[in-house]
Amino acid sequence: MKTRNKAITHLLLLLGVGITAFPFLWMVLTSFKTKGETMQIPPTVLPQTFTTEAYSTIMETIPFAQVFMNTLLSTVITVLFQVAICTLAAYAFARLQFPGKNLLFILVLSILMVPGQIFLMPQYLIIQKLGLLDTLPALFLPNLFSAFGTFLMRQFFMSLPKELEEAALLDGANRFQIFGRVMLPLVKPGIVSLVIFTAKFAWNDFMWPMIVNSSLKKMTLGPALSSLQGQYTTNFPAQMAGAVLAVIPLIVLFFIFQKQFIEGVAHTGVKG
Amino acid sequence: MSKKIKKKATKREKKDWLVAYLFILPLLAGILLFYVYPFIQNIWFSFNDVNKFNVATFTGFDNYIKMFQDKAVWQSLGNTFKYVLIVVPVSICLSLFIAALLNTKIKGKSIYRTIYFLPSVTMAAAVALVWKWIFNGQSGVLNAILRAFGLSAREWLQDPKTSLYCIMVVGIWMVVGYNMIILLAGLQGVSKSYYEAAAIDGAGPVKQFFAITIPLLSPTIFFVLITSIISGFQVFDTVYMMVGKGSMAFESTQTVVMLFYRNAFDYGQKGYAAAISVLIFVVILIITAIQMIGQKKWVNYD
Repeated sequence: MKTRNKAITHLLLLLGVGITAFPFLWMVLTSFKTKGETMQIPPTVLPQTFTTEAYSTIMETIPFAQVFMNTLLSTVITVLFQVAICTLAAYAFARLQFPGKNLLFILVLSILMVPGQIFLMPQYLIIQKLGLLDTLPALFLPNLFSAFGTFLMRQFFMSLPKELEEAALLDGANRFQIFGRVMLPLVKPGIVSLVIFTAKFAWNDFMWPMIVNSSLKKMTLGPALSSLQGQYTTNFPAQMAGAVLAVIPLIVLFFIFQKQFIEGVAHTGVKG
Repeated sequence: MSKKIKKKATKREKKDWLVAYLFILPLLAGILLFYVYPFIQNIWFSFNDVNKFNVATFTGFDNYIKMFQDKAVWQSLGNTFKYVLIVVPVSICLSLFIAALLNTKIKGKSIYRTIYFLPSVTMAAAVALVWKWIFNGQSGVLNAILRAFGLSAREWLQDPKTSLYCIMVVGIWMVVGYNMIILLAGLQGVSKSYYEAAAIDGAGPVKQFFAITIPLLSPTIFFVLITSIISGFQVFDTVYMMVGKGSMAFESTQTVVMLFYRNAFDYGQKGYAAAISVLIFVVILIITAIQMIGQKKWVNYD
């Protein structure tokens, strides 16, 4: 009975795994086929003639290395600044007393509740006024400031015992030392969560880069895939090759940090 | 003596004020410039006609009146509600089911978790391309499978009847693993002793699931529900990638965010787009408020 139950559980889970993994598998397999092979009915499963033609095709038509670097740079800058800015503010909101604190925190929180579309057009106009349309900074500028990140980090600071800080204060440490040496190391799991969330968001961002930047040389991977699709409507190996290259970095990152990824997501459900 | 301590404390307090303002300054400056000011400007835009050169002419409630008479607005709201009403419940049920399966003593748990989580770290635009290829009417693999079973092939994405459902499948596929991880974390927090007691009373696994798991997990389910509804309501990337402007299914898959995007950045109707974005905001606000009131009936906080 018990082994039968276990077998059924595995069977159901494997079915789910199949459905989850199939599109990835299909994407990779297609990317190594020739264009002609993908037109066949019924379709082949494994590539009959294994070719990397699709990859060279897209490399030739899209400044792929450039687009890749734009995405990477924009992601790294967003993560670094957002973590620094949010963590500082979150510490103040969680641990310090100052006039106007509640009001300011409510302001931050209310931004969290507004859907992003509300800000988009004016944000675009600001970028335009700054003369930054179709530049690298346009990709990340508004994303450096995050209400979500501040809220998340505040939750982590709040969960730390107050005694630690009080002990450090009595020892004569100032607030900067307390923040840097006592508190920051303790909220490391929170920072890891924030890094993962922000990296995932920035890497996969789609609408914003499309709005502010128009030339492919200044674009990120998501919108670049869209123009790839427009250019190669029926060249499915080329489309899949682009998709493979766009998803691989984050998947590699995920496999390296999977424990942190999964715990980070699990945390938001419990803490948020 | 006590006076002296008090004086000292206020001195420290004032120092803390300065530190606090210093710490929140970068965030506050950025938020005021990129969020608070845009919010106000956007609301102002919604009462204006904004031309190509971004010059606004006050038109009162014209945009809002036009919105309520615009068929495209109602249809996109309908599409979006349909999307949310199917994707959210189906994905939460599946997530819960998988989480429950994984919360047993079973081998390979972490491998399963990893694979299920994979879709949520991948770019929606890339995922959409792959699914579009799977759904392709000529040489798509879905039609090949159907033909193998003697069923007829279809133009899944071109057909206005099926197109939105295809996008829903992708939406569900992308979110199940993510929600599963959150629910699994919630499940692991439920004490085993409840189940042991229920087993002694003769309750089977199904009864245990509905009598113990669901009520104890209700705060987590509520969290997942709220976040899924809000993000489902803003679906854009997959729709944009999977259904082109010239497609026959364009209208039947146009979501509210899509309609907003088209008006704001394609049709140059910034004032009207602003009104649509306010509509999105208000609808999400109302849905969330209903959830918050409704939760008292079914969510257990202990």
